[in-house]
Amino acid sequence: MNIDLSRRGFLKLAGAGVAATSLGAMGFGKAEAAELAHVRDFKLAQTTETRNTCPYCSVACGIIIYARPDDTGARRVVHIEGDADHPTNRGTLCPKGAALKDFVNAETRLTEPMVRRPGSDRFEPISWDEALDRIARAIKDDRDANFLATNELGVPVNRWTTTGFLAASATTNETAWLTYKVVRSMGIVGFDNQARV
Amino acid sequence: MTNSWTDIKNTDLVIVMGGNAAEAHPCGFKWVTEAKHHRGAKLIVVDPRFTRTASVSDYYAPIRPGTDIAFLMGLIRYMIENDRVQWEYVKAFTNASFLVKEEFGWSDGLFTGYDEEKRDYDKSSWDYQIGPDGYMLTDPTLQHPRCVWNLLKAHVDVYTPEMVERITGTPQDRFLKIAEMIGECSSPTKTMTSMYALGWTQHSKGAQNIRGMAMLQLILGNIGVPGGGMNALRGHSNIQGLTDLGLMSNLIPGYLNIPTEKEPDWATYMKSRAFKPLLPGQTSYWQNYPKFMVSFMKSMWGEAAQKDNDWAYHYLPKLDVPAYDMLRMFELMDQGRVNLYFCQGFNPLLALANRNKNTSALSKLKMLVVMDPLETETARFWENHGAYNDVDTASIQTEVIQLPTSCFAEDEGALVNSGRWLQWHWKASDMPGQAKYDTWIMAQIFLRVRELYRKEGGAFPDPILNLTWDYADEHEPSPDELAREMNGRALADVYDLADKTKLLTAAGRQVKSFAELRDDGTTASGCWIYSGSYNEDGNNMARRDNSDPSGMGVYSNWTWSWPLNRRTLYNRASADLQGQPWDPSRPIIAWNGERWEGNDIPDISPTAKPGEVMPFIMNQEGVSRLFSRGMMRDGPFPTHMEPFESPVQNVFNDRMRGNPVARVFASDVEKMGTSDEFPFVATSYRLTEHFHYWTKHNKVNATLQPEFFVEISEQLAAEKGIERGGRVRVWSKRGEVWAKALVTKRIKPMICDGKTVHVVGIPLHWGFVGAAKKGWGPNSLTPFVGDANIETPEFKAFLVNIEPAVGEAVS
Ligand code: SF4
Repeated sequence: MNIDLSRRGFLKLAGAGVAATSLGAMGFGKAEAAELAHVRDFKLAQTTETRNTCPYCSVACGIIIYARPDDTGARRVVHIEGDADHPTNRGTLCPKGAALKDFVNAETRLTEPMVRRPGSDRFEPISWDEALDRIARAIKDDRDANFLATNELGVPVNRWTTTGFLAASATTNETAWLTYKVVRSMGIVGFDNQARV
Repeated sequence: MTNSWTDIKNTDLVIVMGGNAAEAHPCGFKWVTEAKHHRGAKLIVVDPRFTRTASVSDYYAPIRPGTDIAFLMGLIRYMIENDRVQWEYVKAFTNASFLVKEEFGWSDGLFTGYDEEKRDYDKSSWDYQIGPDGYMLTDPTLQHPRCVWNLLKAHVDVYTPEMVERITGTPQDRFLKIAEMIGECSSPTKTMTSMYALGWTQHSKGAQNIRGMAMLQLILGNIGVPGGGMNALRGHSNIQGLTDLGLMSNLIPGYLNIPTEKEPDWATYMKSRAFKPLLPGQTSYWQNYPKFMVSFMKSMWGEAAQKDNDWAYHYLPKLDVPAYDMLRMFELMDQGRVNLYFCQGFNPLLALANRNKNTSALSKLKMLVVMDPLETETARFWENHGAYNDVDTASIQTEVIQLPTSCFAEDEGALVNSGRWLQWHWKASDMPGQAKYDTWIMAQIFLRVRELYRKEGGAFPDPILNLTWDYADEHEPSPDELAREMNGRALADVYDLADKTKLLTAAGRQVKSFAELRDDGTTASGCWIYSGSYNEDGNNMARRDNSDPSGMGVYSNWTWSWPLNRRTLYNRASADLQGQPWDPSRPIIAWNGERWEGNDIPDISPTAKPGEVMPFIMNQEGVSRLFSRGMMRDGPFPTHMEPFESPVQNVFNDRMRGNPVARVFASDVEKMGTSDEFPFVATSYRLTEHFHYWTKHNKVNATLQPEFFVEISEQLAAEKGIERGGRVRVWSKRGEVWAKALVTKRIKPMICDGKTVHVVGIPLHWGFVGAAKKGWGPNSLTPFVGDANIETPEFKAFLVNIEPAVGEAVS
């Protein structure tokens, strides 16, 4: 949900308004229309403002993320600040939250799938399709080879212990639920998340 | 948290023990400042280091890492001895009056039933005396020698102020001053809040630390009341959500359990989950377990889960051990018994105990798949970084696939804060390069595996082939669809159980709350405690009305909290036996003669009469437990246990090492150090400027705290000839690190059992990727042993040695 866009619209008009009014007061009333065309848009006029929460600690401070399109048209974060309407943090942020933009735009963000082959000393790019196919094949082969259908007493146990899954700590509930469904449906029991440590 | 961040403003006294909120949860700590400023609240800090939280406290006491139980039991002893007890609360709302079996007892630091060989207790004596009618025997006068209250009194008797000082190193006068301050909160109109974090959980007896404080809070009458409670300051932003959703070996969403091998069928599984009330007229809400469980199974497997196939019970795995937690998995990995491992936004190379073991374990995998928005040390565990990651790359045969994901700014959905608020957020920007949503990645993996099973068949394909997957775009399940699925919906018309003609929710519609879930297959819900978060009113997690009419920081219309949008758990206990608030100036709910009403959703049936139905509705007893029966592996009361690596012997039993029932793998026993070789106590901690291993990727944070250091006292520095800012080597039985020495007055030596104990503080934010300087973390040194109940590793108390390092200073 973006904030009501009228704020940006308002700023745009207000900026133009100030210029025109002062010109008018100086006796250049007729230049108004021409000047209006020259007044540069505020940078804010192109930014979107989006409500979000700080992904670090569980205080979960409210934040407002400002983003603008880059040359390719992709929206990039240009500023993050505390959300003054949020009841917990009331606009404040700690040194971690205040520097969130650096996380989003970090040089060490991952941008393409990579593979490190056995024994190799480097990562090399791999396509999504190939990466996902390799993973699916590895899952299928390991599950078929090591899935335990029954224990020695003949009781159905349907568990698979040779593959494990560590889930995240800052993904959304929705991601977590989908992850749960996929992992459980396969019978993986080596399942854990960051709450453990 | 039982309460919320904003509720802290209602408190009279804050105790921060086992945490450091001013640095680790800064904006939440502002509510402590608010309480101090506006209510005149006081702040007590008990910590091995004089932290920034301590620097703004009214009273501070040092404590030796890993001895909190002795301190807490000492406090309980003080309250009992000095009549600082909220008697009406204790008598009515706890199990103080229940009679315990004659055989139960404690001696030599151990409870009855200990089996050294098995490292386990036979817990049969840790239980109530049950009368012929199936209900418990009680003595409301608290005179009976076997009542919980008298057993507790006897149990804590040994924790005199002298004994507390001997074990914890906290000087008696400081301990007594704190006890006196806390004792004031036994008044029904004074409240203390407990704020704790990993300083209490990362011990081999972490769960008992927390129980100790919970018991104290019950004795003071502080649970369920505004400004009170047990407030776990969770670590990461959605640790609470991931826990709620049961992403753990032995859990099902909403705190239900994965079955074990001893439960071969549905009937057996359900038999031990009948939750019959132990006192007449009590709620025992877990009696609804079958409704939540069947709704979960329907949510997972839809039509394939039917009554006549036990709701597809065998689609669920059955456990042969309590859990395949992360420590067990890395142990198995190290034994070469794990082939494939996934890390989704998790950096275990630095986060799990004993880094050398982690490296060795990961090196034995066939394939490691890492999904993360950032580079991690785990994804590059095979890469040689000199002393910072000294591995033989060529010999490591693990294939590693690294997949780029979105981060918070780029996706939409809910995170659950510490106060159980599910807060929805929105997408602000686009992902870099080819990064993808985790949901997309999970969907691709699933669809490909399902396709392979469709084509090739294979091991028990049914739970995969029948998993519900009715998303509009099967490749991209949307947050909206997934949120609705967790809330749950009616599969057939759902009628009122009391009035079968009254339609509650028509087929196909979202259920209003978990009260509408059924055990006959007519409802589906992924996570029952989230029922109500996204119903026919819409996405309640996206609500943004920040009004607070009561002025008590309730914010009922801001997002949504589980359960049922209730902001304070156990809030029925905020009122007396007549249903009137203990403190009329801080009312959250009250009985109006017919119903409960007030500023929060009552944590009890709205028409449950106050003198009859007791507040702790999830417990079979209806009341809270000072004595926890056999529910915890290491005792029904907390008892002092030393850390596995300790500078002193357990004063009650010098043969006992660590927690006597904690699981220790054979390969890790020889990796435990003793105080002759490793004389100093180490503890790990976080800094204000960093968040775990993420912020070292950020230039601003990397500039604020660029470099790994360890913190020691002036006395230890002098003793070891370590210079301020000089280079030191710190080593344990498991590994070594080099760091800059931060010599401070914030840590001081303590005297424990006649011995001087030095503490070494080790912050945890450095590794070998990112924008900060390369360094190490505490897990290069820590032991591979977890809490006896939940297996959280012992990061907060272990032994090291330290010396000035030869060679260059670190910077
Ligand atoms: S800004 Fe700081 S206090 Fe707020 S959620 Fe982020 S890390 Fe926590």
